[in-house]
Amino acid sequence: MTPYVPPIRDMEFVLNELADLNAIAALPGYEQATPDLVSAVLDESGKLAAEVLAPLNQVGDRAGSHLDKGIVRTSEGWKDAYRVFTEGGWNGLALDERYGGQGLPWLVATAVQEMWHAANMSFALCPMLTQAAVEVILKHGSDQQKETYVRKLTAGTWTGTMNLTEPQAGSDLGAVRAKAVPEGDHYLISGQKIFISYGDHDLTENIVHLVLARTPDAPAGVKGISMFIVPKYLVHDDGSVGEPNDVRTVSLEHKLGIHASPTAVLAYGDNGGAVGYLMGEENHGLEYMFTMMNLARLVVGVEGLAIAERAYQQAREYARERVQGRPPGTRAGDRVTIIEHPDVRRMLMTMKAQVEAMRAVAYVATAAFDKTLRQPDAGERRKQHELLDLLTPVVKGWCTELGVEIASTGVQVHGGMGYIEETGASQHLRDARITTIYEGTTGIQANDLVGRKIVRDQGQGAKRLIETMQSFAAELDGKQDDVIEAIRTALVEGIDAMSRATDWILAAHARDPRLPAAASVPYLRLFGTVVGGWQMARAALVARHKLDAGAGDSRFYQAKLTTARFYAEHIMPQARALLHAILQGSEATLALDTDQF
Amino acid sequence: MKVLVGVKRVIDFNVKIRLRADNSGVETANVKMSMNPFDEIGVEEAVRLKEAGTVEEVIAVSLGVQQCQDTIRTALAMGADRGIHVVTDAPLEPLAVAKLLKAVVDKESAELVIVGKQAIDDDSNQTGQMLAALLGWPQGTFASKLVIDNGRAEVTREIDGGLETVMLKLPAVISTDLRLNEPRYASLPNIMKAKKKPIEALKPEDLGVDTTPHLVTLRVEEPPKRQAGVIVENADALVDKLKNEAKVI
Repeated sequence: MTPYVPPIRDMEFVLNELADLNAIAALPGYEQATPDLVSAVLDESGKLAAEVLAPLNQVGDRAGSHLDKGIVRTSEGWKDAYRVFTEGGWNGLALDERYGGQGLPWLVATAVQEMWHAANMSFALCPMLTQAAVEVILKHGSDQQKETYVRKLTAGTWTGTMNLTEPQAGSDLGAVRAKAVPEGDHYLISGQKIFISYGDHDLTENIVHLVLARTPDAPAGVKGISMFIVPKYLVHDDGSVGEPNDVRTVSLEHKLGIHASPTAVLAYGDNGGAVGYLMGEENHGLEYMFTMMNLARLVVGVEGLAIAERAYQQAREYARERVQGRPPGTRAGDRVTIIEHPDVRRMLMTMKAQVEAMRAVAYVATAAFDKTLRQPDAGERRKQHELLDLLTPVVKGWCTELGVEIASTGVQVHGGMGYIEETGASQHLRDARITTIYEGTTGIQANDLVGRKIVRDQGQGAKRLIETMQSFAAELDGKQDDVIEAIRTALVEGIDAMSRATDWILAAHARDPRLPAAASVPYLRLFGTVVGGWQMARAALVARHKLDAGAGDSRFYQAKLTTARFYAEHIMPQARALLHAILQGSEATLALDTDQF
Repeated sequence: MKVLVGVKRVIDFNVKIRLRADNSGVETANVKMSMNPFDEIGVEEAVRLKEAGTVEEVIAVSLGVQQCQDTIRTALAMGADRGIHVVTDAPLEPLAVAKLLKAVVDKESAELVIVGKQAIDDDSNQTGQMLAALLGWPQGTFASKLVIDNGRAEVTREIDGGLETVMLKLPAVISTDLRLNEPRYASLPNIMKAKKKPIEALKPEDLGVDTTPHLVTLRVEEPPKRQAGVIVENADALVDKLKNEAKVI
C-alpha cells in the first residue's frame, strides 16, 4: 500500500473557494476558525493521519481484531495510535467547548475526518461513533448524563457505540425487541444486538452503549422504541469506573472489509439485566437516533470520498511506476509507465474528477449543516436546512456508491497486481463496500430523497436548488472560452435532466408510490451527478479567474479546469441516460411475479 | 534560563523540488513550506527541557519573509512560549543569520541556543558554528543527546567514527542531529492556543545587522540525468571505455 498524502491543496481550495470557510468563520461561535488556524489544523492532522494512522491500515486489515476469552483485542499498534490521537485532543475537534471540545466548525471537522478515514477507515470509525454518541447525549440527555458521559467521551477516555440492529430488525427498526424494564432510577436491559461497531475493544477503560429497546407497555412499531445509556462498566458518582455491567460480547463478525474494526454481537441481560439509563423520554428513541443521523450520514458519505481518494492515490502511484508496453502509434523506443496509456489515463481522470466533485459536494453540504446550527437569521437557517436535507442522502448515497466504483477502478489500474492483496488496492475495495450499506443503504437513502425530501414538499426544495444552479449556469459566459463553454453546456443539460426527472417523480408518485420508489436510486445518482457537476463548474470558474488574474500555482488551476472539463464531457452525460431510464417508467421493474425471478 | 530556538521555513520535505525556469534557483512560489525537520528536533528538545524544569522560557526565532510567522506558530503549537520574527524579504546567508541570531540572543539574554545542524534546503551546516564563534560561546554540534546540569551541558555528538561526548560550560550553542529526539505532534488545543501567543516582529535594521549577501549565485542546475548502462563484451572493451570514453585511467 502506498503512503497516504493528505490532499491539503485541494481541501483548502474547496474549503475556501466553494464551501466559503470565511462565511462559516463569521458565524457566531466559529470566530476562531480563521484560514491560518484551519491551515495549521489541516497540516498537523494530516501529519498524524499520514504518519500514525495510515501505516496501520494494512496491518489492521491483515491481523483484524479478535475475541480472546471474552475480551476484544484490537490489532497491533491500535492502542498506541488511539493514545496519540486522543492525547492530541483530536477527538473533540468539533465537539462542545463546555465539555472539553474545541468547538470548531463541522466543515473543518469534515476535512479532518476525510483524512482520518482515508488513512485508516477501520480506526476512524471509533472516534466517529463516539462523536455521534456525544451529539445524541448533548441534545437529549439530562444534565447529569451530560456531566457523567460527555466529558469523557469528548476526551476519548471512553468511546461510544450505537446499538440499533437486531437479527430481525435491520433497516426496519420498528421490529426491535430488546427489553427495558424499569427498576428504581434505572432500567434493566435485555436482548441481543448485532453489528455493533467497536461494541467491545481494549482501547479505553469504558464504553458507552446507546441502546434502542422497548419498555413493557410500549406501543408496537417505531413509536414504542426508547433509548438507553448502557455503560460497559457502571460509573460511580465521582465518575470513576466500577463493576462490569451485564453485557457480554458473544462474538465478532468475519467481514468482507474493515477487518480491524471489531463488529460485535452483544448480549444484554444474561444475568438479570444490564443497568441502563433512559435518554430523554420513553418511546422517543428513534427520534433521538435521527438527530445524529444527518451528521452520521454525511460522515459516511465522507468515508466514500476518503476511500476513493486513497484508492486514486494508490492507482496513480502505481501507474507512474509500472512500466509496460508502448502507447498506441509508437513501435520503437523505451517502454513507458502505464500512465502514458490512454485508457489508464481515462481511468485515473474518472477517479480524480469524481473524487474532486464528491469533495466539493460533501464540504458544501457540511457548510450548510454549520449554518443550520449557527446562522442567526431564521429565514437563512431554513434555506440552509432545505439544502442540507436534500444533500444529506445524496452525499451518503452517491459518494459511497462512487467510492466503491472508484476503489474498483483502482484495482483495475493495477491489472493483475490489483487482485493480489499485497499491493493494498483491493483492501480499499473491500473496505469501501460497507459504506453503501451501514447508516442506511443506498436504497434507504434514495427512498429518503424521493419520499421525504421531494414528494413531501411537492418538489419545492429541489426546484429552488435547480433554480440556484440555473442562475449560476446563466452567469457562466463561455463566449471567450471553449472550456468554460463545454462545462456550461453540460451543466445546462444536466440541470434540465434533473428538473425533468423531478417532475416525473412527483407525477408518478400521484399515480402509484411504487413507481418513483423503483426509480429512486437512479434519481439519486442523477442528483449527485448534476450537483457534482455544478460544484465542478463553480471550481472551474474560480480556476479561470485565478488564471486570468495571473495568480500563482497555475498548474493547480489548470489541472482543476481540465478536470472540470473532463467531468462535464465524460461524467455529466450520465445524467441524460439516467433520465431516460427514469422516464421510461418503472413498469418493467415491477412487472414480474416474484417466482419469475 | 531562557532558551532560544532557531526555526527556519523551508520547502516541505515531501515536495519534489523544481527549478525556476530561469535557473536562478529553486521554485518556492506556491510550494508547501514547513519547519526545517532539524529545527523541529530543536524545538522538541527545548520544550522537553522546559517540561523538565531545566529552563523557564522557550523562544522560537525565525528570520525571513512574512510567512515565517506560520513556522513560528508551529513551534508555539509544539510548546514554545513566544516567538520573535526578524522580518526581511532579502535572501539570508548563514553569516547574516548568525549575526541576527546573536543580536536576538543579546537582546533576550538567552543562555542556551538550539539550532538544527543544517537546513534541508541549502544544507549549509554553518549557522550554529558561526553563531557560537560570534558569541564567543562553546558549541556542541550534531547533538544526539543533551543533558543540562549545574551550569553545564553534556552533549553526545554524532561524528564520523561514532559518538563523542563533550562537556560545555553554559551559555552554549547546540546544533541538533536526527537521533536527539522524536518531535511530538502538536495537539489540537495547543494549535489553538498558539494563535494567542505573542510574536514580536523586528527588522534587521532594528538589530543593527547588515544582511548584504557575500555570495552571488550564477546558475542553479539539476544534476545530470543518469545515462543507461551498457554491458561490455569483455575486459578489453571495458578498459578501452574507461581509457577513451570515461578517461579515468
